[in-house]
Amino acid sequence: MSAVLRTYVLLVWTWTRAAAQYPVSFALMAAGVVVTGGLDIAVIWVIFSNTTTLGGFTLDEVMFLHGTAFLSFTVADLLFGNVDRIGRHIKAGTLDVMLIRPASLFVQVAADRFAPHRVGRVIQAAAVLSVGLARLDVPAGRTWMIPVMVVSGIVIFTALWALGGAVQFLLTEAPELANSLTYGGATLTQYPLSVYGDRLVIGVTFVVPLAFVNWQPGLYVLGRPDPLGLPYVLRFLSPAAALVTALAAALAWRAGIRRYRSTGS
Amino acid sequence: MRLIRYGFRRHATYWAAALAGAFTNTVFGILQAYVLIALWSTRPGLGGYDLADAVTFCFLAQAYIGPMQVFGGGLDLPERVRSGDVALDLARPASLQLWYLSEDLGRAAYLVIARSVPPTLVGALVFGIAPPAGPGTWAAFPVSVALAVLVSFGWRYLVALASFWVLDDRGLAIVSLIMTTFFSGLMLPLVIFPGWLGELARALPWAAMVQVPADVYLGTTSIGGALAFQAFWALVLLGLGAFVTAAARRKLVIQGG
Repeated sequence: MSAVLRTYVLLVWTWTRAAAQYPVSFALMAAGVVVTGGLDIAVIWVIFSNTTTLGGFTLDEVMFLHGTAFLSFTVADLLFGNVDRIGRHIKAGTLDVMLIRPASLFVQVAADRFAPHRVGRVIQAAAVLSVGLARLDVPAGRTWMIPVMVVSGIVIFTALWALGGAVQFLLTEAPELANSLTYGGATLTQYPLSVYGDRLVIGVTFVVPLAFVNWQPGLYVLGRPDPLGLPYVLRFLSPAAALVTALAAALAWRAGIRRYRSTGS
Repeated sequence: MRLIRYGFRRHATYWAAALAGAFTNTVFGILQAYVLIALWSTRPGLGGYDLADAVTFCFLAQAYIGPMQVFGGGLDLPERVRSGDVALDLARPASLQLWYLSEDLGRAAYLVIARSVPPTLVGALVFGIAPPAGPGTWAAFPVSVALAVLVSFGWRYLVALASFWVLDDRGLAIVSLIMTTFFSGLMLPLVIFPGWLGELARALPWAAMVQVPADVYLGTTSIGGALAFQAFWALVLLGLGAFVTAAARRKLVIQGG
């Protein structure tokens, strides 16, 4: 395990140093992703300039839910988001090169073209979460859940990326399908799930466990009843959901690699 | 005309990518529809839309992403400026702008079929969308969509031309992306933007790409005024494009020596 971690850190550090060779470009790109991410905040602001509650939640509560989900998503995207480029590696044949190296394939794909400027979005997400938290009155006895849910969320999003990557072993041409899982998941979790239809909420609770990124644990932190009346215990199951998703993703990833046949030359 | 057909065929080759794009547009359309439904059920009639109008708007906006190329790009001009291939383009006995416009119209025509129809159909099946307001709308809507493509091309062409002067066009691409996604109405209908921001957003060219053609479809605006607004921005942007093309041609000759 420690060897895997060392390889990952080494590769990431190499790409970071490469990016640091162009400091102006790096600063501009980082600023760019902050502003692009800021559009989501602008959208929330426009919505709440027209209403006081959305799906029964106030602006501060939505900022809290948005901040936690976005923090999980941006950290997972920064560290492992490049896994969705695996389709390109398959097409270009660079996957063969990676397979013969004595290092984990997942680590190599995730660290390839590591984009340190994405850290701008992590900072922005953390800022939204802090502002939301500061304006909310969360009882001190419940704050312990916040780091737990953010870490679980990072694991869940990473697992979704790995799943999306595994799908690309089958469908090389369509990375967008994987995107609708990962970016779609990020969009879905930005708003309280109470705005979505009941069937969709059941689906993202029991099939694709996006509800465990911020919704179920968020209800606990905010001390709100579940609009669907789902069992109270679900609020504490985020780590378990993250574990199950990660296992499923690991199996799918292995199956994908085993199925992979190089085109040869 | 032949170039339009080539543009169409060139993009028709990548049908899998277009299909996947249509799928993504549909997923995001459904998610956004729920948010709009939540908003409109607390504020019925907001911005002059009823609930059905808001849902329809959301799927129309997703349908425009492909043909209007809302996320930017679609022109390989910056790439060709960097590689120097643009010298070939300029040597052709046709205007650079018209050349790219023809190709882009072909691309848009294909994407209307491949990426606009599926999300709209799914939206109609899942949520039920409002039918066009009347026979006048049936006639005006295609014109409005075509004008929107012209405005979108006019804007993207200007951004692409900037690569004659700016070496790294990624920064500009991001600025363009932000302006287009936010001020076109893709993320939220411009009718609910508050106060002066709304006034401004509805007067800028980006509104002509998503908000105005959707309004023409919904019949919430005067058709004549809407088409005139789009035609005005199309003319301004294409005119500017022609002017800047001439400047770029001079600039390139100086550099090429």
